[in-house]
Amino acid sequence: MKTGVLGFGGGPSVVPLIRHEAVKAYGWLSDDEFGEIFVLANTLPGPIATKMAGYLGYRLQGIRGAVIAVVAHILPSSLAMIALISAVGYFSSSLVVQGMISAVVPVVAVMLGAMAYEFAEKAVKGLGIYFGVVFFVLALLLLQVINVHPAIVIMLFIGYGTMHFTFVDRWKAHKAQKEGQ
Amino acid sequence: MDWIELIQLFIGFLIANILGYGGGPASIPLIYNEVVEKYAWSTPTEFSNVIALGNALPGPISTKIAAYIGYDVAGIVGSIIALIATIVPSIIALIVMLKLLQKYRESKVVKGISLLVQPVIAMLMVVLTWQLADNSIGDIGWLQTFIIALVALWAMHKKKIHPAFVVLAAFVYGGFVLPYF
Repeated sequence: MKTGVLGFGGGPSVVPLIRHEAVKAYGWLSDDEFGEIFVLANTLPGPIATKMAGYLGYRLQGIRGAVIAVVAHILPSSLAMIALISAVGYFSSSLVVQGMISAVVPVVAVMLGAMAYEFAEKAVKGLGIYFGVVFFVLALLLLQVINVHPAIVIMLFIGYGTMHFTFVDRWKAHKAQKEGQ
Repeated sequence: MDWIELIQLFIGFLIANILGYGGGPASIPLIYNEVVEKYAWSTPTEFSNVIALGNALPGPISTKIAAYIGYDVAGIVGSIIALIATIVPSIIALIVMLKLLQKYRESKVVKGISLLVQPVIAMLMVVLTWQLADNSIGDIGWLQTFIIALVALWAMHKKKIHPAFVVLAAFVYGGFVLPYF
């Protein structure tokens, strides 16, 4: 089991890999079950891959399994990360390394810009273009112009989110009624 | 050992991750907010290097950020604390709430919540992208920033080259070309 979990890894698209290991290689659960858990994990906050690993480990071996699965999942990459950045930091006085560090910043800006686009796309798909733009502007205003803490902005949006579909349904019903008259 | 710092680490990463709906990448701007702006544990340039290397290594991104920042602030213990704050709450929530979630998955309240968080995350990403770009312009000038960003965008999205190679290329460019400008 431990070796199987150790086989995990591989960037943000790690979920298909976990699926392959858990469903095909080890037969721990069915494809449908996996899909179900994935959808549910998605509705909770926090990193997806560790949630999946934690839950699968728990299902198979209880608390011990959850701990082993998660540790196996994150330990190698965490150690690699610390080692790598410490190495970069060690040489950071050199001009070459300073150039390297500076040159990566625009690349990261592009990566984040692309992620921003993906999230915006998802939001527009779910909310429709008009609602989407209204909420973008609202979020930007709160965050940048009024300088509200992101946690509070998210809380506000979640608060409204619990009622969003009720409003949409009511609005649609209202519209249908008008057209019927 | 500085207890206050450890508690801050725990709270900082806890807040960033329980609000980051949509997997690891969603919590990046929230982690930035805690790590760079609130507690000033790292500079924008350092933070973008952490993201660049984190994206280049396999495994989930937010745990790698937590491992490194925690280590940087308070050594191995800090690393463990930041990791626990990142992953444990969401795993426990998944295990405990799986049954409950299964019942309410189709509920409009749950759907509304995960939908309405998207525009906020998208805007946080946009703001972070802008901050990094601004930072980079101050560091290496707008022309270099613009060229590197454009090449990175072309390589990652038109050519579909893996981010690890793009980061590597940026390192090489930064190390051997930038110091001579």
